[in-house]
Amino acid sequence: MTELRDHLMALADKAVAAGDGPRHAAPHPVNAVMISHWTEAMGDRNPAYTGPDAVAPPAMIQVWSMEGLSRDPAKEFRRPMDDVFDALDEAGYTGVVATNCEHTYHRYLSMGEELTSSTRMLDMVGPKRTALGEGYFVTWNVTWFSGDEPVAEMMFRLLKFQPLRPVEKAKREPYPLRPAVNDDTRFFWDGVQAGELRIQKCGGCGELRHPPGPVCPSCRSAERTHVVASGTGTVYSYVVHHHPPVPGQETPFVVAVVELPEGVRMVGNIVQCPIGEVYVGMPVRVTYQEMDDELTLPMWAPIPEEA
Amino acid sequence: MSSLSGRTAVAGIGATEFSKESGRSELHLAAEAVFAALDDAGLSPSDVDGMVTYTQDANDEIAVAREVGIGDLSFFSRVHYGGGAACGTVLHAAMAVATGAAEVVVCYRAFNERSGRRFGQPNTRLGGEPSSQGLEMSWHVPYGLITPAAWVAMFARRYMHQNGVTSEDFGRVAVAMRRHASTNPAAWFHGRPITLADHQASKWIVDPLHLLDCCQESDGAVALVVTTAERARDLRRSPAVIAAAAQGSGTGQMMMTSYYRDDMTGLPEMGVVGRKLWKESGLSPSEIQTAVIYDHFTPFVLTQLEELGFCDRGEAKDFIRNGGIEIDGHLPVNPHGGQLGEAYIHGMNGIAEAVRQIRGTAVNQVAGVQNVLVTAGTGVPTSGLILSQG
Repeated sequence: MTELRDHLMALADKAVAAGDGPRHAAPHPVNAVMISHWTEAMGDRNPAYTGPDAVAPPAMIQVWSMEGLSRDPAKEFRRPMDDVFDALDEAGYTGVVATNCEHTYHRYLSMGEELTSSTRMLDMVGPKRTALGEGYFVTWNVTWFSGDEPVAEMMFRLLKFQPLRPVEKAKREPYPLRPAVNDDTRFFWDGVQAGELRIQKCGGCGELRHPPGPVCPSCRSAERTHVVASGTGTVYSYVVHHHPPVPGQETPFVVAVVELPEGVRMVGNIVQCPIGEVYVGMPVRVTYQEMDDELTLPMWAPIPEEA
Repeated sequence: MSSLSGRTAVAGIGATEFSKESGRSELHLAAEAVFAALDDAGLSPSDVDGMVTYTQDANDEIAVAREVGIGDLSFFSRVHYGGGAACGTVLHAAMAVATGAAEVVVCYRAFNERSGRRFGQPNTRLGGEPSSQGLEMSWHVPYGLITPAAWVAMFARRYMHQNGVTSEDFGRVAVAMRRHASTNPAAWFHGRPITLADHQASKWIVDPLHLLDCCQESDGAVALVVTTAERARDLRRSPAVIAAAAQGSGTGQMMMTSYYRDDMTGLPEMGVVGRKLWKESGLSPSEIQTAVIYDHFTPFVLTQLEELGFCDRGEAKDFIRNGGIEIDGHLPVNPHGGQLGEAYIHGMNGIAEAVRQIRGTAVNQVAGVQNVLVTAGTGVPTSGLILSQG
């Protein structure tokens, strides 16, 4: 940790010691068209920025030296602090957030002035613990010149930080109404986790059975298999629970006995349906509801009846 | 095979007041009810050698025995399935007495079901254990199908759909029970009858059940003393002879959620009980002058009338619409007001009422009572009995 800091600080000291970087020419001279676009975008109607004696709005100083969208690699240049930024990126300080920007204007600019700019790194402070993650504050200065005359300056500071690992999904409150599961019923709940509605099938006589059990009451076989239900059913009976409050459920809620085409019945909540619209005989389809991080329950939603 | 019929009798009944907050422990309530039942029979604690209660009672048999000064016990049992076992306690006691396993057996239920543990509240642990019952509940509890009202409502909806029954038909049961309770000073709803409009306006608990379709939550205790019919005839009160007693569980039976059987509109377990009762007693429905039908929720009163043969399948609604279950009807049901009107003592207060009807001492006495049929909790494995003059 200290080693990394020393390495970064050494690079920063070097960049600061390098002083002013080379001057770079602005792509366009100060001109009325860009001023017009800028004032329109900013909603600035100051008359000083229009007409034959117009001056450039001082706050748009940075605009003059912007490189545009399609940068020519041949014209790329490095600023004194770019080595520091590369090292910070490599060390995992990949996050960027601007924290300060201060402009100083020495005078107004007139149409046709051709500008250059140069950058000087001022300092680096860190590592600092921030809400975004640990990082270094890097500060530099840009000076704009008209000829050799400095006309404006900008102090800029940003935070290069190590983004916190994505916060682990907060554990959901455990759903209080949990089923007991044992060897005789585990296949059903495993099926639910896998998105299958399983019905026990006797390995001996083939009889389907729900709720399941260890031994077939018809043929005494303990050989158990299962089939996956089609997932449809009809409401055989239902209730609307109003009182008393039930932990984990919001009243009113609907519980139904659903008859499956496979010939067994299952109990579950009716969801995705206005309470007043549930009826005996309503066609429904199974839907899986995650109750918490571990428990999923099969429930039932209405199937729109064919027109 | 020798029949149990006529060999034993209920010789004493006792109860505490019925309230919403007894202000004392459940063991305290049990002791009071047992003292009252023994006093009623003219027996002393030292005469008792058997104890029977049923599951969901917080008082162990030995604790109650200790508390009331009952000494040696040669028979004790606890019948399973909660309210469904109310009459089962009498069956177990009668079998013990008839076989000589015991001579005098006390049956009891004591709880603070309103001020203490309320059965109607959700218990999220129901599906927690991989016991057979925990696994059974696990097909229902995760969906919030967790209260007795909800379990019964599921049957009720199908019954309504299949038999053209309306919420008002259920309401007529509530109105009749509250009418009966209104003239019973021991009833919580003494002096407070309701109308069908009241029923319809009462809030939803679990649609299709309104609040007034649901029995009360009560604190209280009831105890019975069972001994041989012969001995009972020599005791203080005229005996209520046990003409028949039976338990019943049906094919595909579950605790309150038997939704997977062919038909969801019957109570096959009560059919089992009914067939046993008629066969053992040699009686038929027309020879029953009044019945105590377990009324934790109104819909199952209709189903029971059908299962027991008091009317044909799907016709209970007509029987009730014609006032058949009212005190002045064809078959007065729950003259004391039942659990909707008097109190919810898990069916034990209904057995006490049946004894009073046999004795001719009930506040809403039905004329010419010879035989009373009593049922226990439904939706679960259940039980029933027929008490007779003698």
